[in-house]
Amino acid sequence: MSALKLELKEKIIEQLNLEDLSVEEISDSEPLFGEGLGLDSIDALELIVMLDKDYGIKLADPKEGRKIFESIDTMAAYIEANKS
Amino acid sequence: MKKSVYINSVGSVSPQNTLDNSVFLDEIVNYEDTTLAVISPNYKEFIPPAAARRMAKGIKMSTASAKTALSEAQIEESAVDAIIVGTGLGCIGDSEKFIKDIIDNDEQYLTPTRFIQSSHNTVAGQIALGMGCKGHNFTYVHSSSSFESSLLDAKMQLEENEAKHILVGGVDELVDHHENTHRFIGHIKKTPVHTNALLTSKSKGAVFSEGANFFLLSNEKTNSVYSQLIALKTFNTIALERIESLATDFLSENNLSIKDIDLIVMGNNGDIEFDAYYDELSNNIFKETPQAYYKHLSGEFDTASAFGFWLANKILKNQNIPKAVQMNSIQPEKLQTILLYNQYRGENQSFVLLKGC
Amino acid sequence: MSQGVAITGIGIISAIGNNVAENYASLISGKIGISKITQIETVHKNEIMVGEIAAQNDTLEKLLNLDADAYSRTPMIGIIAAQEAIANAKISNINDCTTGLISGTTVGGMDKTEQYFYDFYENDLHWNHITGLGAGDTTKKIANFIGLKESFVTTISTACSSAANAIMLGARMIKSGQLDRVIVGGTDAMSKFTLNGFKTLMIQSDTFNAPFDENRKGLNLGEAAAYLVLESDKIIARDNKKVLAYVKGYGNSNDAYHQTASSEQGDGAVLAMEKALNVAGLSPDAIDYVNAHGTATPNNDLSEGRALLRVFGANVPEFSSTKAFTGHTLAAAGGVEAVYSVLALQNNIIYPNLNFKTPMKEFDLCPETNLKQKELKTVLSNSFGFGGNCSTVIFSKEA
Repeated sequence: MSALKLELKEKIIEQLNLEDLSVEEISDSEPLFGEGLGLDSIDALELIVMLDKDYGIKLADPKEGRKIFESIDTMAAYIEANKS
Repeated sequence: MKKSVYINSVGSVSPQNTLDNSVFLDEIVNYEDTTLAVISPNYKEFIPPAAARRMAKGIKMSTASAKTALSEAQIEESAVDAIIVGTGLGCIGDSEKFIKDIIDNDEQYLTPTRFIQSSHNTVAGQIALGMGCKGHNFTYVHSSSSFESSLLDAKMQLEENEAKHILVGGVDELVDHHENTHRFIGHIKKTPVHTNALLTSKSKGAVFSEGANFFLLSNEKTNSVYSQLIALKTFNTIALERIESLATDFLSENNLSIKDIDLIVMGNNGDIEFDAYYDELSNNIFKETPQAYYKHLSGEFDTASAFGFWLANKILKNQNIPKAVQMNSIQPEKLQTILLYNQYRGENQSFVLLKGC
Repeated sequence: MSQGVAITGIGIISAIGNNVAENYASLISGKIGISKITQIETVHKNEIMVGEIAAQNDTLEKLLNLDADAYSRTPMIGIIAAQEAIANAKISNINDCTTGLISGTTVGGMDKTEQYFYDFYENDLHWNHITGLGAGDTTKKIANFIGLKESFVTTISTACSSAANAIMLGARMIKSGQLDRVIVGGTDAMSKFTLNGFKTLMIQSDTFNAPFDENRKGLNLGEAAAYLVLESDKIIARDNKKVLAYVKGYGNSNDAYHQTASSEQGDGAVLAMEKALNVAGLSPDAIDYVNAHGTATPNNDLSEGRALLRVFGANVPEFSSTKAFTGHTLAAAGGVEAVYSVLALQNNIIYPNLNFKTPMKEFDLCPETNLKQKELKTVLSNSFGFGGNCSTVIFSKEA
């Protein structure tokens, strides 16, 4: 599980061009959007593609992403439960 | 009563050291190449990292250039009533990447960022977003008269007092596929040309480049004022034999004659196929007029004429014509009225008239 | 200086017809142009619905006497619509007064660029399309075809509000006396680029788009070209011209909220509509019909609906989106809907907002769902785009 979380952090930094951040600076529980990491709705779309491409999980409705991408914890849990 | 229109400040990102407004082409950067890239500013000084992470190069260049212009005019961002941008191709680097992604990945796993950056109006839109400017926001994309279309729009609004301060700019990027394909069709010179030798290169094509030049236009002068925009006109086509009479007509429409022009700034790019338009003017009716050129410094791109506009403004404010841009040896008695003339491959030609303040 | 900005000609080609008459016939008979995609080879063909122009490229080439593969589809449909507008305005010599062309496009020659992107490196067969990627090249081809020389010609690209902004600039140039006549509008052909681009934003519907409906699933992309001929008072008097309608007001603003989405409360849309009413010298209650942007995306329709409520209060006039007929034709949309607005004024007709069943839960706002006869003096048309661009144009019967 923690390997997956580390992998997710690395991917988020790369995919969303957050080069100024290190994996240590992203906590497992802090919100990724809004107040926390400050991601926005375009980032959410980027993450949806990442779920599809790297974990084979397809989301049809972008609204579904909101709960899944709340934090690294929620993302990792969702991927564990749904990956193909 | 129409209001007068002033250029109050400038910002330029180019292959020369132009972003620092305290100097004016003191040191020329010489190149020997067929394409030129801009000297990248330290973007961190202009753009917070969180905002910069998705920005295409064109947006970064434009932001640095626009912010430089605004700070020179000492105008609050909230005082800007409108943003108008000219760009031949927009952020074409991201367009190319998105097309590649579509083809290479068979339309799978595409992400939105590149598509969003591809929209021509993304520069004007993101500058507005960054400044919170809810006013008029236009983007003109008409090849080599994109910047002049933007100037015309701004001029109309300022004259009618529909706006007081308008940020106007021209921006284009030089990127791989665009460059490669334009080499195929001979629009880029085949052999490198030294900066000092552009006009004597005697070859087809131009030295391609990129840049972002932004200006604050207002209907009142600020302390930093550069010039007054008197008139401008664009033409989709002009036959070579018509250029002289259209130039004379343009001047007479503004109650001027050739002897009133203290300096003509021309867009010669060293292409033997099309520089004839410039030669027609410089060798004939403007033979006795001091002449300047700039594309050996800026390179050629759809909005390169915005660099020419920058140059003319700098000349009027500094009251000196840098040696590097002089095209003939005639020295002006005064530097009050400048005529700019530009065309690219014989199309989208423009005249712009500036007066010192 | 010209007091009025008269519309003397209209021309259009879209998924619901190859000319003005066919488009109008479709609008009043409820004939829609949305279908599965047939003309572009795409892996998404079973997931999306679009509004395609029926004619294939070879048909368009023959119509215009062009060699095969000479032009991108975008200028070809643009030329067809512009020519119809000019003929409709009964112009025999385009250069008999100061005439300009202002055209909107987002894709330009993208259809050919994406087709030959790698081929350009292999052989020289398609190098004629290399310069076609520049949006201005599309307008240049239209200008050359209609015979404009030594003229003011420009291109506007403000995403889905491009043609509306072309109309706006044209009207301002007629009013200021810089042009006597100007052809304004926009053109966008279908491309893989836009299909896939909108797919990444997850706002395309896999079924018929349903503007302003609670259960709307997104937009259908469309392709179209539409142009108007605008003329000054001087030319109307000189040529004793029949006037179809007037451009009465216009307003442009920026939402300055998000790169692609509209603000929650429709701030930019409100500003654009208010500016247009101000230029027209009209109060909101003088608007008889609103041709809404109504793309059927969750975001646009909520934002636009709220903006309508903010501008018109409790008295929102009849409104409908015609995008259920045509799809969202991007840069051309403002031109398409300008032509429809002129036809609405001429025929005193309000078009139905198709596929609407359930009002949105956020407010009590229902579009007109029936074809309705109503005496119309003014029509307000909205066009909004990426980059926060919001535009409104008001058309009227009287100057």
